[in-house]
Amino acid sequence: MSPRDPETEQEADVDPHAPGPHDPDARGHFGPYGGRFMPEALIGALDELSAEYDKARLDPEFTTEFTRLLRDYAGRPSLLTEAPRFAEHAGGARVFLKREDLNHTGSHKINNVLGQALLTKRMGKKRVIAETGAGQHGVATATACALMGLDCVVYMGEVDTERQALNVARMKLLGAEVIPVKSGSRTLKDAINEALRDWVTNVDTTHYLLGTAAGGHPFPIMVRNFHKIIGIEARAQILDQVERLPDAVVACVGGGSNAIGIFHGFLDDPGVRLVGIEPGGKGVDSGEHGATLGHGTPGILHGAMSYLLQDEDGQTTEAYSISAGLDYPGVGPEHSALKDAGRAEYRAATDAEAMHAFRLLSRTEGIIPAIESAHALAGALELGRELGPDGLVVVNLSGRGDKDMDTAAKYFGFYEGS
Amino acid sequence: MSALDDLFAGVNEQGRGALIGYLPAGYPTVDGSIELLTAMVEAGCDLVEVGVPYSDPVLDGPTIQAAADEALRAGFRLRDVFRTVEAVSAAGGRAVVMTYFNPVLRYGVDAFSRDLAAAGGLGLITPDLIPDEAELWLEASTAHGLDRTFLVAPSSSEERIASTVAATSGFVYATAVMGVTGARDVVGVGAQTLVSRVRAHTSLPVGVGLGVRSGEQAAQVAGFADAVIVGSAFVTAAATGVDAVRALTAELAEGVRRTPAPIG
Ligand SMILES: Cc1ncc(COP(=O)(O)O)c(C=O)c1O
Repeated sequence: MSPRDPETEQEADVDPHAPGPHDPDARGHFGPYGGRFMPEALIGALDELSAEYDKARLDPEFTTEFTRLLRDYAGRPSLLTEAPRFAEHAGGARVFLKREDLNHTGSHKINNVLGQALLTKRMGKKRVIAETGAGQHGVATATACALMGLDCVVYMGEVDTERQALNVARMKLLGAEVIPVKSGSRTLKDAINEALRDWVTNVDTTHYLLGTAAGGHPFPIMVRNFHKIIGIEARAQILDQVERLPDAVVACVGGGSNAIGIFHGFLDDPGVRLVGIEPGGKGVDSGEHGATLGHGTPGILHGAMSYLLQDEDGQTTEAYSISAGLDYPGVGPEHSALKDAGRAEYRAATDAEAMHAFRLLSRTEGIIPAIESAHALAGALELGRELGPDGLVVVNLSGRGDKDMDTAAKYFGFYEGS
Repeated sequence: MSALDDLFAGVNEQGRGALIGYLPAGYPTVDGSIELLTAMVEAGCDLVEVGVPYSDPVLDGPTIQAAADEALRAGFRLRDVFRTVEAVSAAGGRAVVMTYFNPVLRYGVDAFSRDLAAAGGLGLITPDLIPDEAELWLEASTAHGLDRTFLVAPSSSEERIASTVAATSGFVYATAVMGVTGARDVVGVGAQTLVSRVRAHTSLPVGVGLGVRSGEQAAQVAGFADAVIVGSAFVTAAATGVDAVRALTAELAEGVRRTPAPIG
């Protein structure tokens, strides 16, 4: 497969902020998905945010400052690391890891957070609210707020404050207020509900720094563009190291931000398969999973039309995953459009498959991944076996696993009998 | 003239504000909510809003969230809303349904409209649907003769107020404060400003909701709005029982009669 012809390369292929053919329409629709299914009280704030973002993305002062922060603060570009000992278990295909785990704060989340925090300052707002599941987005948000002198409140489901206690401590140390959410399933979905309730009450002073490429317009396109750097770097790095494009790019899908960011680097390379891995939980037939694209139906959640886990009556059903960051019954609207168009494919990895890959990467490469990212690794093992020894797979290693040590220690029984 | 146009014309003739009471269907049970809503009608609600309990009510505060959770746990199914509306109508009441949009979408917007109209329902209030995204509902409401109440907020621009009221029929719902549902001691001073901003764009009646809980507040709001909308206070009363609901209705009904409603 030959790389894209530089002659026909679009500006949007290398400048993550440039408007391009993959943008939604002016009201945020990706085909039938996206849009704004939001209370009127928030439409003014979304309009303000859209207007500010539309200006900022074309403003060299903004894009230069964003790029500078990504380099000098977050540590970009992140590495692309080959994982040969891990790949022995992937049918002999070559596997490369896009090392978002090496970013400051330990995951891809920092890319989006730095962009939105800069926008918050441009809008003259002083208070930031955010939701968090695994705590990575909360930590990244608290970090950016500390850096830029903004007040920070993070909503986190009570269940998640327990399984991600370390991240709660990090957020507090960084000066954020962490509010445990006790309503509904007490996980990410309910944290978003509570953040939206705060936003509707305090919208004049507050920016809602949403952590994934979902929600009402302009969040899906804005968050995507802040993460496009992942794909742009990965494409250049794989061409540099292997001199060919990969057969497949694999990423885990919670709300879909790390996946959409890396997918976009390869969207116009028709020979590159884009594969999203959703949390299969206890198995997609068990009913306890978060495989929204694979097993959901279109509907509305948190402001956008997209695939959704819901019952016959349109009530959102609870997702389940061992991974707090993937435990979400919705998904960003652009993924729904990519699925329907057949451009991306979505599979599931169960808790057990993800935890197997989690331990395997730790033991073969000395890299402890986030449990979220371990789902993508499980997908890569499967794809590698399908592709065989000539295969070339790039995995988005979206985060590191320090935050997951307690979950992992319990899962593998490390606390027993010692 | 729709049934809601009739209702507001009649209330206006009496020189008072209308009282609109909200309660979620299925709370505490389907039959229980029918009994409570019927009591609200008998004790003086001009219109009831039958709420659809929903898993993710982002515009609701703790009171209504808890009631919706309880209704869902008690086994509320979407179709129960039609039985509830039918019972209220049979008791001589008038009802609209207030619902987040996903349940309607899932049921089928046209099918939901058809079944609501058949049950005697007069329209829908849609807190998370703006006219910009409402194409299917605009068609279905027209086809089935239902009124469409969209919301305006203190943060709405003039342009958005204009486009929202242009898509509205029956009455406009003005949210008194920036925030979620829940009884408040003070109804925002912003409410009156918002009502006059709305009136610059439409002659439709304007109802004010979010926060009203006493006869005093009802009288105050009826001084500048066409209808006083009460939700969380009814839910709280419902937890005590039907007598508390009747007593609250009577107090609020007296309140909306205390001050003459504005003309127009
Ligand atoms: C390391 C990591 N990867 C992935 C995700 C899932 O989010 P998304 O699908 O938006 O990338 C999270 C969310 O918390 C995360 O912490």
